[in-house]
Amino acid sequence: MALLDVRHLVKQFGAMRAVNDISFTVEEGETFGLVGESGSGKTTTGRCILRLIEPTSGEVLFRGQNVLGFSGSELRQARRNMQIVFQDPYSSLNPRMRVRQIIEEPFIIHRIGTRQERRERVVELVRLVGLDPASLERYPHEFSGGQRQRIGVARAIALNPSLVIADEPVSALDVSIQAQVVNLLMELQEKLKLAYLFIAHDLRLVEHICQRTAVMYLGKIVEMGDTRRLFSNPQHDYTKALLSAIPEPDPDYKPARITLDPARIDLNAPLREIEPGHLAAV
Amino acid sequence: MSIDKPLLRVQDLTTVFTTPGGRATAVDHVSLELRRGETLGLVGESGSGKSMTALSILRLVQPPGDTHGGPIEFNGRADLLELPERDMRAIRGAEIGFIFQEPMTALNPVFTIGDQIAEALLVHGKATRAEARAKTIELLTAVRIHDPVRRLRDYPHQLSGGMRQRVLIAIALACQPLLLIADEPTTALDVTIQAEILDLLEEMKERLHLALLLITHDLGVVAGHADRVAVMYAGRIVEEGPMRDVFLAPKHPYTQGLLASIPGAAPGQRLHAIEGTVPNLAKLPPGCAFEPRCPQRFELCSTAPPPAYNVGQGRAARCYLHKS
Ligand SMILES: Nc1ncnc2c1ncn2[C@@H]1O[C@H](COP(=O)(O)OP(=O)(O)OP(=O)(O)O)[C@@H](O)[C@H]1O
Ligand SMILES: Nc1ncnc2c1ncn2[C@@H]1O[C@H](COP(=O)(O)OP(=O)(O)OP(=O)(O)O)[C@@H](O)[C@H]1O
Ligand SMILES: [Mg+2]
Ligand SMILES: [Mg+2]
Repeated sequence: MALLDVRHLVKQFGAMRAVNDISFTVEEGETFGLVGESGSGKTTTGRCILRLIEPTSGEVLFRGQNVLGFSGSELRQARRNMQIVFQDPYSSLNPRMRVRQIIEEPFIIHRIGTRQERRERVVELVRLVGLDPASLERYPHEFSGGQRQRIGVARAIALNPSLVIADEPVSALDVSIQAQVVNLLMELQEKLKLAYLFIAHDLRLVEHICQRTAVMYLGKIVEMGDTRRLFSNPQHDYTKALLSAIPEPDPDYKPARITLDPARIDLNAPLREIEPGHLAAV
Repeated sequence: MSIDKPLLRVQDLTTVFTTPGGRATAVDHVSLELRRGETLGLVGESGSGKSMTALSILRLVQPPGDTHGGPIEFNGRADLLELPERDMRAIRGAEIGFIFQEPMTALNPVFTIGDQIAEALLVHGKATRAEARAKTIELLTAVRIHDPVRRLRDYPHQLSGGMRQRVLIAIALACQPLLLIADEPTTALDVTIQAEILDLLEEMKERLHLALLLITHDLGVVAGHADRVAVMYAGRIVEEGPMRDVFLAPKHPYTQGLLASIPGAAPGQRLHAIEGTVPNLAKLPPGCAFEPRCPQRFELCSTAPPPAYNVGQGRAARCYLHKS
């Protein structure tokens, strides 16, 4: 059984389908990448899975249990196992709370540990994400963008969840600290059998850490599969355009960009198997 | 004004935060120059003072932060730090456009995005009320927002992260500034839209001789678009030079470590990262701020902060390895 099984998920905002009938699974301990056009519905998908917003229709199964049917207390319990790192490190941290309180809050909500144990764990967590424990007494606005992102990561992993939905968790970090946080996420994964739904625009990073990847375009998954196959043999026009636009940190690199012709894309094409473990809507 | 005289020349700019934990010098004697039609890429460690440098130039640092030093020469003015706030307000958004790092807080949640772009045009007299709507649609199209007419009526919370970022870019470009300070302008965008936005900026550089201060963590973007690059660590510019030279032969060990940290070939392997933790700005070591983490450190490094040594044509590095 998959850890997370999303079936025919739909989210409608007024006249617009932000998420338009998508299905995918995330296995225990897997890193599953979700990439795609800005505005294609990645964040909305993540929020629907946790029911931070209510999906319009579809099913979300977590270890076989129907998340959409959960009562309030069941949902609270499930959220201990499913955490999220929000995309926007600025507005997602409570400005009136000190970093210590922000990271400690999940323990208090779920009544875990004594005061002393919680304090020790909080110090351990900030160290894990590479922040100085002296920063615990400070407020979010006193930190740079990347520092706030690390506070969000520390909070998300606090309760040893089994699934972390990481929405651009390292996009505000320089590549060296990004490497530290990514190494940390991978270590935690090994230690705790954590699974990640990793939403990102950095395709090099996705290629590096995700076993499987789905590509979204206008609310649909247009291509999905084993990351290496998908990157080496892209089928959908959007995927091809996307991969051709990756900037390279090489002054002599001349990108051969493929421009997308939206008129050529058939949004009703169903996903079909291109090769084992590789689907595309072509 | 002549093209080769710098449009912006910043000297010894310093911003200090006095906190209960001590004095943190977020921007420490930063000097930089930018010509019209030129792009300076500002890169460096998260928390090293890139955004604060931008805010300091714009005089938008909030207390307890305090900016001093200078001068900041800009477009014929001797020192922006000396101008009355009223004059500074006329420069912001008109001569200097800026894109802040935090798209959500930079937009006003109670106004539609159409109103906010139109407002920017009206305030600086770039359009009449009658023209504003058409210009707004034009700008949204330029930043690749699908279906701009419908989007005019959206509030910021109805947009995705990347759409908000593009609205900010539209606002910054509305007034056709001479200088654009762009703080992580494309981090929330997929690479196809990112490439189109960067093309748009290139086009403005050509057409209007826009000068661009581009703050980004994406070294691929810097390699593709910057003419020169400055690298920050713990409040200081530790290396500076033509982009090509710095990328092909970095001189400061921090720059070397940074370039080596880019995710590379072997999937699933640990990524290279610079060892150690980011320095606490309130408790910097007496010598080079990078010394505790530097694989090439020697005795001199812990004595005093290194000065900027010349390390080639138009290049400088604050590192004792280059003391000749
Ligand atoms: N609360 C809301 N009300 C109305 N529309 C919304 C709301 N939230 C999101 N949308 C719309 O849903 C679509 C998908 O947005 P979403 O934030 O999921 O995109 P995304 O793929 O995460 O994009 P990005 O890469 O830019 O973060 C967008 O068209 C957006 O405008
Ligand atoms: N209000 C404040 N009080 C104390 N320190 C502050 C305050 N605001 C910012 N700082 C400190 O100033 C330093 C520089 O921050 P800045 O936002 O310029 O970093 P940055 O280089 O832009 O980082 P990032 O890449 O993460 O955005 C940080 O170390 C931060 O902790
Ligand atoms: Mg998003
Ligand atoms: Mg910043």
